[in-house]
Amino acid sequence: MIEPVSEDTILITLAPAIDDTLPARIASLVDSFRRAGFHWLVDMVPSYTTLMVVYDPMLIDFRQVTAELRPIIHRLSTQAHTAELKSRLVELPVYYSAETGPDLQWLASESGLDCEEVIRRHSSVEYRVHALGFAPGFAFMGQVDPSIAAPRKTTPRKQVPAGSVGIANRQTAVYPQVSPGGWQLIGRCPTRLFDPTNLSLLKVGDRVRFTPISREAFLAAGGELIS
Amino acid sequence: MSWLEVIHPGVQSSVQDSGRRGYRHHGLAAGGALDLISFTWANKLLDNPRHAGCLEIMLGGFRAIAHGSLRIAITGARTSVTVNGEPVEMWRTLNLNDGDELAISHSAHNRLIYLAVAGGLDSPQQFGSRTVVVREKLEGRGPIKAGDKLVLREPQRKVPSREVPAHQRPDFSSEVVLGLIPGYQYTQFQRSDILRLTTSGYTVSDQSDRMGFRLQGEALDCPPPGIISEGIAHGSVQIPGDGQPIVLLNDGQTIGGYPKPGVVPILDCSRLAQQLPGDRVRFELCDLATAQNQRRLFELHYQNTRWCQNGQALEWL
Repeated sequence: MIEPVSEDTILITLAPAIDDTLPARIASLVDSFRRAGFHWLVDMVPSYTTLMVVYDPMLIDFRQVTAELRPIIHRLSTQAHTAELKSRLVELPVYYSAETGPDLQWLASESGLDCEEVIRRHSSVEYRVHALGFAPGFAFMGQVDPSIAAPRKTTPRKQVPAGSVGIANRQTAVYPQVSPGGWQLIGRCPTRLFDPTNLSLLKVGDRVRFTPISREAFLAAGGELIS
Repeated sequence: MSWLEVIHPGVQSSVQDSGRRGYRHHGLAAGGALDLISFTWANKLLDNPRHAGCLEIMLGGFRAIAHGSLRIAITGARTSVTVNGEPVEMWRTLNLNDGDELAISHSAHNRLIYLAVAGGLDSPQQFGSRTVVVREKLEGRGPIKAGDKLVLREPQRKVPSREVPAHQRPDFSSEVVLGLIPGYQYTQFQRSDILRLTTSGYTVSDQSDRMGFRLQGEALDCPPPGIISEGIAHGSVQIPGDGQPIVLLNDGQTIGGYPKPGVVPILDCSRLAQQLPGDRVRFELCDLATAQNQRRLFELHYQNTRWCQNGQALEWL
């Protein structure tokens, strides 16, 4: 479904609910639009079930945008699984601990597990990047095992250290920079998720796996323990 | 080369152009001048490129010294401007000579003042733009500080004396009418809530900044629940649980999960961005074609007009 939302923006909705095949489908849509080389294309914002497209209203109008995008959307909807093969796997090391994950203990007792089991469940699943937003390079990944899902904190922290790995409901994410935030923190990743030259490490459609690492390995990889 | 030395930056001043294009999928805001109308006129007065960098000065209280001679233009919120203590006019070209002191008073009526220099300001570009999005806390990109040098992109050429014709200057003093293009979750809102939104007025809250403007007034009774996060268009009207609208502007988040009854056209966002806490605004339904037409006329006017010889009017090419 394609709808206008503003004078220079349309919203393409692919499905009414989140499912794990959507990130790959949306990523291949982004790819195809970009490859088509539309001179009027300004920006694309993929999210869980939608793709927002910003166009230059001096070059095209809503009707024509729809007419040009519709055949591409149609073609891709009939060959969704080819995209599945091309998606990239990114491994992110995480030092799970009380000193880097102030909510790890709380999450464990809340879910009736011990810390090791929370870590095992968080790191044994392959996640999908569903959306980017909130802050530069902040990737929303899903879905965590229901047993370790946890609501956001009622009062967000004023300052969450860069690299913090958090859980909010069935989503997980790494904070790319220091920022306020309400996710339950369970560890920290030494990998930079955003820098001004290479931009965001992750993009919608990527597969992600977290690998537990030791304190030493975390420090050796440039991780910082400040809180 | 001439430059401006900042003595007092004011509450918050930053270099802005028309913002980033094509970086929102990295989670980067578009940024850019909040009041596109005043920004555009400042550049037009000096025959600058459409996207040239200007200084966006929030609430005035700005002072700077000229080093070398400069041609400048000041537009936006009504306030008093002096050069070496002598009053000068806004919305027209001005010459500064070496050692001149430019002072822009606090603005009591509106929010944003734009200072353009002939050829545009030079400042580091990142992601294809000179915009400074303070909330992203990216290294080396913050607001202007006292002592900063504002460097120019090119030697100062002579610009004839010009002023924006009175009837073409935006009027920020009367109640602002915000167009609302129905979209996103419009149909999920109750009819009575859409009526409430478009018939009761709102006031600008003091919790308003470059990310978005919070409005206060009659709360919507029963907004739809949160939605799956989706891309946020410039000007999107978010209705959180308390039923009070938030209009998202240039530095807003790229995605979000609050329901939205529609989007305010960019030119109306410019008028909104000029309002101070307590100022009145109201929404009025507006169709997409009208919003697109207004935007195109605005852009075409910039691209396809030139100043008449006397500098008092513009003519179409």
